[in-house]
Amino acid sequence: MEFIYYFGDVFTPINFGLLLLGTIGGLILGATPGLSPTMAVALLIPFTFQLEAAQGLILLGAAYTSTVAGGAVSAILLKIPGAPANIATTLDGHAMAQKGEGAKALQLSFLSSAVGGVFGVLLLIFLTPVLAKWALAFGPSHLFWLAILGVTVIGTLDSKSVVKGLLSGCIGLWLATIGFDDIMGAQRFIFHPSLGGGINIIAALIGLFAIPQVITMFARGRRDDGAEVIEVQKHPIRGAFAEMMRNKRAVGIGTAVGSIIGLIPGVGGQIAGLVAYDQSKKFSPDRDKFGTGHPEGLIAAESANNAMVGPSLVPLLTLSIPGSPTAAVLLGGLLIHGIFPGTDLFDNHPDVAWTFINSMLIGQILMCIFGLYVAGLAAKVARVPQSVMAAIVLGLAVFGSYSVQSSMGDVYVMASLGVMMYFLERFGFSAAPLVLGLILGPIAESNFIQGSMIASATDGLAPYFLSGTLNIFLIAVVVASVLYSAYMELRTRRYTSMEEIIG
Amino acid sequence: MKTLLAGAAMALMGLTGAALADGHANYPERPIMMMVSYGAGGATDFQARIVTMTAGNEDALGMPIAILNKPGAGGRVGWNWLATQAEADGYTLGAYNIPHFVAQSIKGGVQYSADSFEPIANWGADPAVLVVGADSEFNTLQDVVDFAKANPGKLTTSGAGLFVGHHIAALQMEKAGEMKMAYIPTKGGGAAAMKAVIAGDVMAGINNLSDAFRAAQAGNVKILAVADLERNAFLPDVPTMVESGLDVDNSSVNFRGVMVPKGTPQGIIDKLAATVPAMFENSRVAGKMKAGGSPMHIMTRDEVLAMWAAREETLKELLAGL
Repeated sequence: MEFIYYFGDVFTPINFGLLLLGTIGGLILGATPGLSPTMAVALLIPFTFQLEAAQGLILLGAAYTSTVAGGAVSAILLKIPGAPANIATTLDGHAMAQKGEGAKALQLSFLSSAVGGVFGVLLLIFLTPVLAKWALAFGPSHLFWLAILGVTVIGTLDSKSVVKGLLSGCIGLWLATIGFDDIMGAQRFIFHPSLGGGINIIAALIGLFAIPQVITMFARGRRDDGAEVIEVQKHPIRGAFAEMMRNKRAVGIGTAVGSIIGLIPGVGGQIAGLVAYDQSKKFSPDRDKFGTGHPEGLIAAESANNAMVGPSLVPLLTLSIPGSPTAAVLLGGLLIHGIFPGTDLFDNHPDVAWTFINSMLIGQILMCIFGLYVAGLAAKVARVPQSVMAAIVLGLAVFGSYSVQSSMGDVYVMASLGVMMYFLERFGFSAAPLVLGLILGPIAESNFIQGSMIASATDGLAPYFLSGTLNIFLIAVVVASVLYSAYMELRTRRYTSMEEIIG
Repeated sequence: MKTLLAGAAMALMGLTGAALADGHANYPERPIMMMVSYGAGGATDFQARIVTMTAGNEDALGMPIAILNKPGAGGRVGWNWLATQAEADGYTLGAYNIPHFVAQSIKGGVQYSADSFEPIANWGADPAVLVVGADSEFNTLQDVVDFAKANPGKLTTSGAGLFVGHHIAALQMEKAGEMKMAYIPTKGGGAAAMKAVIAGDVMAGINNLSDAFRAAQAGNVKILAVADLERNAFLPDVPTMVESGLDVDNSSVNFRGVMVPKGTPQGIIDKLAATVPAMFENSRVAGKMKAGGSPMHIMTRDEVLAMWAAREETLKELLAGL
């Protein structure tokens, strides 16, 4: 209950001002394609040099919270996920925007972000010591099985055909091997200098999601004058609350999945949204509506990616181990003030620690209020004529992929992957499974190599990967997931003719 | 954002009057960029931002230095870029990590070697240390050596990757102790390697002194030895490896500093070499570095040139058999 004593500190004029600044700035930065939460926080670090420790952290914490939520804006309206966390948001969110329900989609996304986010921070406040042990429990073999669990999701994610889903997942897995392999330093498939550092995930995301859309919009613009404009339906905020209440299951699944996965160092944020989306699809009676603009999918994805924010800081705050790239940047923000995360932080600087955590709690709520306010305005983006829209999205795509690491190479990667994806989409493949392959490939590979090195020095491969409660549990879940997918595929047998398989 | 700031700063420059163009006497006339070949928030990036924060002062360069991150492939992407694509006009600097880039150039597959760059000055030296979990049965370096000798290839030891300081230290330990360890490189750098030690995934680990210092303060690990010539000010009680009977010198110490691409005009190199070490000595810089647990070690251009040459020789010998 210690945290309550420090609530007052959040509301001093300077602190609260910084919180507002971080929240609003974070929403804007998050809504800009290419500026991932990690980038946004890194950009703000130099400003915290001049601030006191607690103030600096308030700014960084608020920015982290709201960039994750702000990423939903471009995911829904432009179909550009700002960060891997927002991939699942595009699936139903953008479909809703295309139906004219952009305002509703944005409102739902901010509301569910806030619910998930508040829950995640509460976990951080009350269960940190317990959770720290849990985060450490995941060694290489467990992370390997976790990545494999992610792979089992690939087939059923946003694809009419399991086979096509798996195929695009394989393309993603292959793309992930390009570049210097991180562990052994081997060079793989570097057929162009731009690929030396491998395929940057943000650049790939922008290309795979935005470019096919830009090409489609331009192509349509050639056929007619592009006057076809989507009418944006007004949507009362009360309606969004009601919709949330109707989808308690999605909120619950999203929040739970996000909190659990967010804890695991090195994996968390990237796949929380996708796994939550897939799980709520499997548990939903309306699973066929997923991908067509169904609020349930959007709610699950967004509550998950904000729920992960709090738990993702547990390894950093308790053990001084940054569990995600963003946490690593926050570590820099702490060190610059001479504060070492861990027992030092909570014992000697409780004011800093709790003011920071409290401000993330308040930040979630502020983020929701501002988000709801702009939702109606932002949704008007859909009224922009398609030809203009295409040009704007293309501009943002180039800007976003360049700014990731100030490299023109990433822009080439983005453009070529985008054009490839345009043709793949013509044949019924979709981008989400491909991206999941791209994310999971390196996690599975590096943990397998590391695990096998440890195993061969100790008790051998099979005992290392196949024994232990956590390993067996994860393997059981993997098997269950595969069986479930196979069962659903056989039961619903979606193809009745040759045309359907090709289409 | 950074380019915007730089642009604004340049516009201000224009107002203060055009500088005369006689040689390099007026260098720098516009903001300078420094490439860091690791991601934002990493130790190198974090330190680079601190040591360059006073560049704009009149007694330093008089112009701000903006950090440009080009991460990827353990630093290879950034250094490839600096060696082949960066303009050698004095407005593009780079941060170096020794022994990383020298070791990588010896192993091949990159477009640079120590001859592709001109050092300016060194700001930090982060020695590698041997850590074990807080509840480990090992209490001294000798315990670890005894175990490794009794169980060849069974001592799992994590480190940040191949051909980085941690790996070099492991190789030197094996050579000095005539033993075989199981070096486990991790993806995700020193933090992931440290996590492996704390969680008990591995029996020991080689990590940066600065990170290990924090972990030891938090009570998560024991630091058994420092791979350096002298004990470190942060850890006065921890012996060096030599003291503990293992003949390991400072070849694995992670030196960080500033360099420029080859071909940068000599006048500019001389000017930078004269001002940058003084800039590192600024008390604000020293204070922030100390607060962050980052050991400073300022060296001039001549000292760095000698250090690079010595490292290259040691590393060539050490890596020859791999």
